[in-house]
Amino acid sequence: MTNDKPTYQSKLFVPKTSSRPENRADFSHLKIPTPLESKRPDVLVDAEQTRDLAYGLVRVLDDNHQAQGEWQPNLSADKLREGLRHMMHVRAYDERMFSMQRQGKLTFYVKSSGEEAVSIAQAMALSDGDMLFPSYRQQGLLFVRKRPVVDMMCHCLSNAKDNIKGRQMPVFYSWKEGNFFSISGNLATQYSQAVGWAMASAYKGESHIASAWVGDGTTAAADVYHALVFASTYKAPVILNVVNNQWAISTPQSFANTGTTFAARSIGFSIPGIRVDGNDFLAVYAATQWAAQRAREGGGATFIELYTYRSEGHSTSDNPDAYRSKDAAKHWPLGDPIERLKNHLIAIDEWSEEQHTALQVELKAEILANWKEALSYGSFEDGPHWPVSTMFDDVFKDVPPHLQKQRAQMGE
Amino acid sequence: MAKMNMIQALNSAMDLCMERDPNVLVMGEDVGYFGGVFRCTQGLYDKYGPHRALDMPIAEGGIMATAIGMGVNGLRPVVEMQFADYIYPAFDQIVSELGRLRHRSGGEYFAPVTIRTPCGGGIRGGQTHSQSPEAMFTHACGIKTVMPSNPYDAKGLLIAAIEDDDPVIFFEPKRIYNGPFDGDHTKASSSWASHPMGEVPDDYYSLALGKASIVQAGSDVTVISYGNMVHVAQAAINASGIDAELIDLRTLLPLDTDTIEQSVKRTGRCVVIHEATRTSGFGAEIVSQIQEACFWHLKAPIERVTGWDTPYPHAYEWEYFPSQDRINAAMQRTLESN
Repeated sequence: MTNDKPTYQSKLFVPKTSSRPENRADFSHLKIPTPLESKRPDVLVDAEQTRDLAYGLVRVLDDNHQAQGEWQPNLSADKLREGLRHMMHVRAYDERMFSMQRQGKLTFYVKSSGEEAVSIAQAMALSDGDMLFPSYRQQGLLFVRKRPVVDMMCHCLSNAKDNIKGRQMPVFYSWKEGNFFSISGNLATQYSQAVGWAMASAYKGESHIASAWVGDGTTAAADVYHALVFASTYKAPVILNVVNNQWAISTPQSFANTGTTFAARSIGFSIPGIRVDGNDFLAVYAATQWAAQRAREGGGATFIELYTYRSEGHSTSDNPDAYRSKDAAKHWPLGDPIERLKNHLIAIDEWSEEQHTALQVELKAEILANWKEALSYGSFEDGPHWPVSTMFDDVFKDVPPHLQKQRAQMGE
Repeated sequence: MAKMNMIQALNSAMDLCMERDPNVLVMGEDVGYFGGVFRCTQGLYDKYGPHRALDMPIAEGGIMATAIGMGVNGLRPVVEMQFADYIYPAFDQIVSELGRLRHRSGGEYFAPVTIRTPCGGGIRGGQTHSQSPEAMFTHACGIKTVMPSNPYDAKGLLIAAIEDDDPVIFFEPKRIYNGPFDGDHTKASSSWASHPMGEVPDDYYSLALGKASIVQAGSDVTVISYGNMVHVAQAAINASGIDAELIDLRTLLPLDTDTIEQSVKRTGRCVVIHEATRTSGFGAEIVSQIQEACFWHLKAPIERVTGWDTPYPHAYEWEYFPSQDRINAAMQRTLESN
């Protein structure tokens, strides 16, 4: 290697992150307020009054694992244990599915490690009739809505029991029975669709609301602004969530955040913005409950930034060690959502290490049994799958002549 | 029966659908209070209220996305895209979302959205108010594509489109909103009042999608077209004295291949005409299907008369627009060929 340095000095600014493989992850610049610093306004507050919430960080759990401050949702211990169980369930599911991909049983997988509180607490704070427009990392929503795990696995295997008939990659779930919208791979498209769904709910005089999710990187997409403009214009009963897990595959959130918080953006659209500690189950629940109540009372949309950390790779197709410092997640100052809720339950004498370990073992065994059952309906490699000819179904409601002809040409 | 131009016929179709089904709404830029820049939704705001003749922000992608969300939640949105030229910001929502939702969700979800959009040139609209992008939507999966050529068909097809549970993109050739146009811009414009297809029932009726109409029967050559070019083709045929069979496709997808095949097998000669650009235009698909089905019946190469592969030029509109002369020349070539 010669020591040639480029002589041309570009003036173009390109954002950088401290957390690349050559550095140790450094989060010392983050300001982490205590739970006592966040005020909980009336749900029908004007958006401009939410400035402190949009630039701050709503938290409930303090450093001693106690619930503090105005945002405490006052959930029963049973409810908290339910939340903990769901988060542990998703993590056990993710672990199994990830390793099955590594063994070649699945073509692809996406874990939600480190951000389980987002989908679990949010789904628990919503009503069953509310419509969910997720991105690809909110599998936790399905656990709260009680979708059978075997069915989720069958989808990922594209086998004969896959409800979407082998048409989508793993994790692009659809589950109408649970008001869970079909996941698209084109990011952000669901965000503005959710606003339309919510507008229709208001049009029909119903009280159901919609909730949609995008990641921090996806906030750069036009659909996000369409969603904000239309939601604001028609006061649509919708919750627009940004899961800021700091990473868009290899691109840090600094490429989309424009030097401010994501939550701050909505104030210019007259939509309240709330930035919440996404690893604090209680805070996520409380912020979502607030937004849902606002929507149901006719106050329109809320924009919630869930501040969290994607503790593993984007998917099974990337190696995070190639673009960020090793063990970055361990240094994340907001910790792990499961650990934090567990510690809170233990601190209030509603849980123990022994119970926790027993539950982990139980869930792991249950997931293994689910996997075996799912495989009994067919593997990706060997099937059985849906009959090939069904690929011509559902392009239209009825199969038109040209597709009938192509189906015949394909033969079977 | 009443005399209606295409605008009135389309308005009547939407009015009847809104009257019959409270879940039908019209939405788009300027469609509410103002009644649309071409007046197609006039009166619907006063009759049905602002929530059913819904004015929307200028963001075609956002309009399309909200229509999909509404469709998923049980409404039956009729979206007006103000000009077909403006549809591209909504392309992802139409092609990746609307067209594929039913399939990708295993049949769980669908959005019965109708997209109405004025298309085509002949109005001095330049490159941003004259395009005919219909072929792009036939190339995507899951979208029915319609283009009527007269008021009677426009009303019946639009009602069918709105009631269809599949997404339909409905192109309205704006040059013939007020009257048929034979391609000769130097003549005084004619109105639909004196045209038989300007006779439109006030009442409800629908015309099946996917069915072409034979505008006139003939035996020497099959002329296939749709939209405003049907009238240019008709005028060229009349002037030439050729015994041509003129087919108006009306729906491009699903395509009525039976009607095309039966005619071409009989005449052995064919001219395909559209205003859109030539390369990968819908004419290419028609020609391809004809050679697959009718090759041994053909007596001459199939001719195409189309717009040129250039952006639509403002000052050279009549050199771009397929003329009677070009159509006539194509018919002559196919007749002279053995």
